[in-house]
Amino acid sequence: MLPAVFRDAFLENVRKVDELLEYALIEGDVAKIDASQLNHKELNDLMRECVLKGAKKLILKNVCGQRYIGTRLYFPDRRKLEIEIFGTPGNDLGAFLDGHRIIVHGNAQDGVGNTMNDGEIVIEGRAGDVVAMAMRGGKIFIRDDVGYRTAIHMKEYKDKIPVLVVGGTSQDFLGEYMAGGRVILLGLTLKKPKHKAYYIGTGMHGGVIYIRGEVEEHQLGKEVGVVDMEEEDWKTLERYVGEFSTYFGYDADEILAEKFMKLLPVTKRPYGRIYAY
Amino acid sequence: MRHRLPDKEIQACAIFGVMDRSGRRFSGELIIEAMKNMKVRGNGLGGGFAVYGVYPEYKDYYALHVMFQDGSRQAKAEVDDFLYDNFDVVHDEEIPTNPEADVVDPPLFWRYFVQPQKKGEEKKLSDDDYVVRKVMYINTCIEDAFVFSSGKDMGVFKGVGFPEDIADFFMLDELYEGYIWTAHSRFPTNTPGWWGGAHPFCILDWTVVHNGEISSYGTNRRFLEMYGYYCTLYTDTEVIAYAVDLLMRRQRLPIEIVAKIFAPPMWDQIDHMDEKRKKFYTTLRMVYAPLLLNGPFTVIIAHHGEMVGLTDRIRLRPITAGEKGDIIFMSSEEAAIRAVCPDLDRVWTPHGGEPIIGRLNSKREGETDEV
Repeated sequence: MLPAVFRDAFLENVRKVDELLEYALIEGDVAKIDASQLNHKELNDLMRECVLKGAKKLILKNVCGQRYIGTRLYFPDRRKLEIEIFGTPGNDLGAFLDGHRIIVHGNAQDGVGNTMNDGEIVIEGRAGDVVAMAMRGGKIFIRDDVGYRTAIHMKEYKDKIPVLVVGGTSQDFLGEYMAGGRVILLGLTLKKPKHKAYYIGTGMHGGVIYIRGEVEEHQLGKEVGVVDMEEEDWKTLERYVGEFSTYFGYDADEILAEKFMKLLPVTKRPYGRIYAY
Repeated sequence: MRHRLPDKEIQACAIFGVMDRSGRRFSGELIIEAMKNMKVRGNGLGGGFAVYGVYPEYKDYYALHVMFQDGSRQAKAEVDDFLYDNFDVVHDEEIPTNPEADVVDPPLFWRYFVQPQKKGEEKKLSDDDYVVRKVMYINTCIEDAFVFSSGKDMGVFKGVGFPEDIADFFMLDELYEGYIWTAHSRFPTNTPGWWGGAHPFCILDWTVVHNGEISSYGTNRRFLEMYGYYCTLYTDTEVIAYAVDLLMRRQRLPIEIVAKIFAPPMWDQIDHMDEKRKKFYTTLRMVYAPLLLNGPFTVIIAHHGEMVGLTDRIRLRPITAGEKGDIIFMSSEEAAIRAVCPDLDRVWTPHGGEPIIGRLNSKREGETDEV
């Protein structure tokens, strides 16, 4: 085990983008980037430059902790890019993402899809805390477990409904202050049938959480209730669990054969009376 | 001369710990590289390292690292007199430093290898208690002198700068080897960035590195004063080091219990436990209420033979653990572990309040269930 030589992640001595092109290899519409010597600003600058030079697919190798990957890739023509990541991306992966697809061959850290607007993030591993925070559109698929405060303040507006599918389990405060969207927790990594998460849906006032695997009443926040599954719900699950299974090689029918619990907020304004007198 | 603050946009502390559970010693190079990967989390106002197994030639003596503010020769003379009066000093020397390192206004650093020389009333004290008392005396009564490391066969090296600058200053990659290394990169929020305020905090061989802030500091500090611990370093983390010494060394509680004192389950969770656990956690919360650590924290606590990672019960600060053979890692970010060990056997993050434990000559102890 030898220390690898990565560039330190800092904002000093950030190089100009034309000095960074030596780390990219553009062939047709595919750009391969070696991220080992790039800090987070340089990497995002270089990704943008590659797209301006015609790349539609970006393959990032040796990623190690660079933050905000995919954040600054808005183009007026709304072109959609495919971003493949090898290594461990840093916090806020795909923050404000607007239509692109990111695939991570490995684990992600905290803040995946922070305030994401549209597009897709696929994590072939686990993710950290505050996944899908304030997410407002698009889809996130995570194969394994997630940390605390997943989908905190996720929201929706008309037909913009964000979707998060987690294959494993979640830690506490899943769906905290959730205002919209769909969260699907599949429990596929559980050794015992019961999820350990507490305070599920605390402060929730919009959206839906579906949970496969056992959860007891006292693990739920006071602002959510368990309701019966309806035909619409199974259609939603069939669609997104189907996509999840395609990405990670699961059998969707097997997953859907089990019982699901559906959580809805009991009121749209749980704290409406706290601040009024 | 003022320290130049770099241009940066991200703020947090970074902590990292690595232990070879077979006891094999290794240089500081690995942890320095890992900390560089998280440079973005600190701001250069504090960096430090603790290393265990570092002084095999003096392993039976307490190694006191003492810092003299502004190179105060008077403080040095007072400390010399005090130590020669109260200890057998078998060896003392200036801690070697690199004058080329990128640090500003370093104090004078000296280390003493000592054996307690107990007299009169103090004969009934254990060696450890005696050393704690003398360390507290120097920290509170001798101006401009601070003992920042006081264990056997271990040492703390810390100061104002980025971790790699502090490592360069003390030449940690060249001069020292150990089987546990912990490190900290500081982003001070409430208290000044000064050499004594850098992490790790140490008493005897207990060290703590911390990301977060302890809002119960006042309560914790007053409680610890009743047991003879005085906080002098102007930062909240100091209380954790003393609390660990009190609970684990003096009261002989295992870390599994101590974790539940620092980060107990919420009352509404206790309500749903079976009678036995309900009684246990209620008792623990009542007896040790003043040592509950409130506020966001992730800490790595170490002493000889054990390294422990712990977060507050609702995990307001991050931690990731990794394993590769005998090596166990704990870090603020997974990428920092991957930077020095890309092919880990296992990566995990326990629930808030559940410790990650690395013990000498044990494997796979990482994930503990609730007690």
